[in-house]
Amino acid sequence: MMTRTAIIVCWVMAIGLALFLVVPLLVIAAASFSPTPVFDLPLTGASTRWYGRIARLDGFWPSLLLSLQIALFSTAISLVCGTLAAIAIARGKLPGAGIFATALVSPLMMPGLVLGIALLQGFRAVGFTAPWATLLVAHLVITLPYVARTMIAGLARFDFTLIEAARTLGCTYPGSVLRVMVPALAPSFLIAGIFSFLASFDNYPVSIFLADVRTKTLPIRMLQYIEEAPDPTLAALSTLILAGTVILLVVSDRVVGLHRMAGTSD
Amino acid sequence: MTEAALPAPVSAPAVDRERLAAVGFVLPSFVIIAGVFALPLVLLLGVSIVDANGLTFAHYKRLLGTPYYLGVIWNSLRLGLLTTLIAFLISYPAAFALARARGPLRSVLLATLFLPLAASVIVKAFAWTILLRSDGIVNETLMALGIIEDPIRMIFTETALIVGAVNIFLPFMILPIYAIVAQLDPRYAEAASTLGASPVVTFFRVILPLTLPGIIAGVALVFSLSVSAYVVPTLLIGEKYPTLATTIAKAYLLAREPGFGAAAGVVLLAIAIAIVALSARLSREPK
Repeated sequence: MMTRTAIIVCWVMAIGLALFLVVPLLVIAAASFSPTPVFDLPLTGASTRWYGRIARLDGFWPSLLLSLQIALFSTAISLVCGTLAAIAIARGKLPGAGIFATALVSPLMMPGLVLGIALLQGFRAVGFTAPWATLLVAHLVITLPYVARTMIAGLARFDFTLIEAARTLGCTYPGSVLRVMVPALAPSFLIAGIFSFLASFDNYPVSIFLADVRTKTLPIRMLQYIEEAPDPTLAALSTLILAGTVILLVVSDRVVGLHRMAGTSD
Repeated sequence: MTEAALPAPVSAPAVDRERLAAVGFVLPSFVIIAGVFALPLVLLLGVSIVDANGLTFAHYKRLLGTPYYLGVIWNSLRLGLLTTLIAFLISYPAAFALARARGPLRSVLLATLFLPLAASVIVKAFAWTILLRSDGIVNETLMALGIIEDPIRMIFTETALIVGAVNIFLPFMILPIYAIVAQLDPRYAEAASTLGASPVVTFFRVILPLTLPGIIAGVALVFSLSVSAYVVPTLLIGEKYPTLATTIAKAYLLAREPGFGAAAGVVLLAIAIAIVALSARLSREPK
């Protein structure tokens, strides 16, 4: 099917790509143990003192708390709204379902910065300026497309006659949804939840226009630290976030399998 | 006759009720997309063409009529084009290897795609600033290998920008391509070679057309992400490579010129919409 050279080229590219993608993550982890304030790599020793300094970063705790709150709430709301919409689209009883499905995922392809300034103008025009609330509402547009995309793909494989079967067997409609559909779609929920949480937690281009001096999300703070005084404390913080993500991914790989994530994230 | 006794599968009022339920189900999402996405974008267009004195195209004249801002637009497009091209050249062959991988090797390769995807763009861009510094690892390695004698300036160059952008957006290229390649039926290629096609002909006439949907999806996604990237150029090249994204941020956050920023936003939006429309058209085209 393929010539020998082509196969070798493919493998070289795949392994090169894997290394290239992992390098920055390894560098961050290594830099976080730097014994000196400059990033002396390769390491001449190891120190964990930068981890202790994370908590003392200016404005760190309020920013972390804010980012976690916004990510959790926006993901929860998007999971409910996006799943309902995906059900209506998948059942095919909705006029114009195809167009609506495209509209739901279209924010993914739009420049985040443009969405940020559009929301800033829009919220100002209607006098909606409370930073926490504007951030939450704005992040719904960031998280909803991830949920919609994953749930539409997941529901396309779900057999709705199973619900009819459960009802024939004596289940109530809400009962059959909870006991048949929700467990069958658990992997999709998990994937949608993880991706939308991370999309919100990492967002910079939309948040920057809605934050004020006292309400700054973690990515805004981090970019500020990097531009002001980059030191290994930031690498330590990044490593902790990365470690949290690794744990999340390993757990979800145990539950649903990473190859399924690859299949649904196109 | 038992068939006659059975009720009709769905009666007319039931269809109406189901349709009503469907509309109710999509309503919350519709409100979000219409109110917090579509409407603000329309308003942005308004802000870019209306000022205190009424209708004006001054902002667009400044953007599209001065060499400096044409250069800014070109910088954005150049970043998008170079990143997309390099990411594609790496991802396409790699996707085939990934699709052939089995067992632990596949898990490890997939993990290397997902892990960086889950790490913040800011963290990765920060890592590249450490890597590419004049006393950074890349320079030290090149010097140790005797390839260069003195450290070369890498950070705040276009090379640094492109390396960082390719690194950050690569997963968005390989994942859609991999999803298609993994489903590719090897019998098509076998049939082609049985019928006498050379490997080159098989590739261009069979494999490439079959994997085109994945290529289109990946190219559209990476181009739209990299053309509008903000964090990557800010940290890896800075002021000397102004893009539409950095111009928008400057107009809003520093210069307080919302009208001009909005116009730059509309231009960037138009580029993104053109990409989406083009990719939708290409993937619908009959082979």
